[in-house]
Amino acid sequence: MKIIVDRSACTGLGICESLAPNCFEVDDAGDLILLTETVSDEDLDGVRQAIEGCPTEALRLEP
Amino acid sequence: MSGRRLVVVGASLAGLRAVEAARKSGFDGSVVLIGAEPHLPYDRPPLSKAFLDGAGLPAFRTEEVLRDELGVRLVLGAPATALDTAARVVTAGEREFGYDALVIATGAAARTLPGTGGLTGVHTLRTRDDALAVRSALDDGARTVVVGAGFIGSEVASAARKRGLDVTIVEALPTPLVRAVGETMGRACGALHARNGTDLRCGTGVAAVEGDGRVERVRLTDGTVLPADLVVAGIGAVPATGWLAGAGLSLDDGVVCDETLFTGAPGVYAAGDVARWHNPAFGRHMRLEHWTSAAEQGATAARNALDPANAKPYSTVPYFWSDWYDSRIQFVGVPATEEVRVVDGDPGGDRFVALYREGDRLAGALTLNGQTQIMKYRALIMRGASWADGLEFADRRRSALETA
Ligand SMILES: Cc1cc2nc3c(=O)[nH]c(=O)nc-3n(C[C@H](O)[C@H](O)[C@H](O)COP(=O)(O)OP(=O)(O)OC[C@H]3O[C@@H](n4cnc5c(N)ncnc54)[C@H](O)[C@@H]3O)c2cc1C
Ligand code: SF4
Repeated sequence: MKIIVDRSACTGLGICESLAPNCFEVDDAGDLILLTETVSDEDLDGVRQAIEGCPTEALRLEP
Repeated sequence: MSGRRLVVVGASLAGLRAVEAARKSGFDGSVVLIGAEPHLPYDRPPLSKAFLDGAGLPAFRTEEVLRDELGVRLVLGAPATALDTAARVVTAGEREFGYDALVIATGAAARTLPGTGGLTGVHTLRTRDDALAVRSALDDGARTVVVGAGFIGSEVASAARKRGLDVTIVEALPTPLVRAVGETMGRACGALHARNGTDLRCGTGVAAVEGDGRVERVRLTDGTVLPADLVVAGIGAVPATGWLAGAGLSLDDGVVCDETLFTGAPGVYAAGDVARWHNPAFGRHMRLEHWTSAAEQGATAARNALDPANAKPYSTVPYFWSDWYDSRIQFVGVPATEEVRVVDGDPGGDRFVALYREGDRLAGALTLNGQTQIMKYRALIMRGASWADGLEFADRRRSALETA
């Protein structure tokens, strides 16, 4: 599974980082960095929570 | 399982997440969403941010998605007026809705300035209708007075300054944001106002808001008179529990719940700004007015209400953010008062990180423009990190940056 970020929606709030720190990090400028392209099985749960938790609905998963 | 009935009262963030989670969990009974406002659920944080700067109205789901995809019966513009927990019935005016599972998500209502009822130009900022009125006054170039130096009031002041308008914030306490972030850091955040041309006056109250039909001036307790075309009261919100009088639930600054958001009445759970629940992460009851917890609690409350035997606790490190001028303030945890230490940056400047200690535990973290740091502290607090762990983490980050 691959993570897709809608850059025009993301405002760098970082909720995704707190739910799946292996996959997301917000940098000092408030921009979201994807730490991995593809999600490992063990991170999948956290990424799903991040998708649900993102206030701007900027994240989705693609096969 | 079909034939069971879920009723959700309050059609905003927590209520929406409740009905979505119910369907996601496979619930195929009936779902009724009752809301006081005539509008479909919409997002509030943008109302005091992007919307005031000219962005469109924030929306969540269309009516079609709610009705057809989620199978939700929408009952809008219909405030619930009573709850009978024995008969398991919610009343909204003339109508009655029986339930097997109920989620209370009626949120909070903005506190209003006493004695300003008849004056136009005096607003709170909680709803879409409030935001439309405030924006149209800003569009007209209003001289703006904000009462209360909290987060929402400060965001309104930022929006006014971005348009180059004169704005004054009147705060009764000597320091802004004391309850939210403590004294020292409240002062540090408050300093952003002066740097951006907002006149922040602390330690003075509002004696009267005056005008002939429409607001013309605000008279302060220190005798100052501020001319005003727009007055925005940002003086807090009270949980919307009026309709629950007589329902037999425990009400104490919100609906009191256990760690699973259970109210004690069979099938009845609460979520969002209206809920005061036991947060296992801190071992105490708290009521938050934060986006993240309202969304998460909405989902948890619905799942628990539909399957009480397997009810899961809701445990969280509180998180909120606020955007002032070009800066972002973020806070995680609880604003413990035992010790607050600035571990990075300068509280007089545009970037800092401050940590909060409770006993020997790291209890909270505040950042100004520290987007890359804040969630790392949230994770530490969630793990129950000690104060020493927190300081050591800050040290390592600092030295890593210095050698980089
Ligand atoms: C202007 C503004 C800016 C904000 N900015 C931020 C931010 O930057 N970061 C952050 O973390 N949080 C922010 N918040 C807080 C966040 O929006 C709230 O925590 C969140 O909206 C709470 O959701 P809720 O569903 O619990 O309650 P609410 O959003 O208050 O919704 C409750 C709903 O229930 C309805 N209702 C009330 N009584 C009844 C009744 N008797 N019957 C039926 N319906 C009823 C109300 O009309 C309302 O629509 C902000 C809030 C506001 C107002
Ligand atoms: S939670 Fe959403 S808005 Fe926040 S950084 Fe992640 S993707 Fe961006």
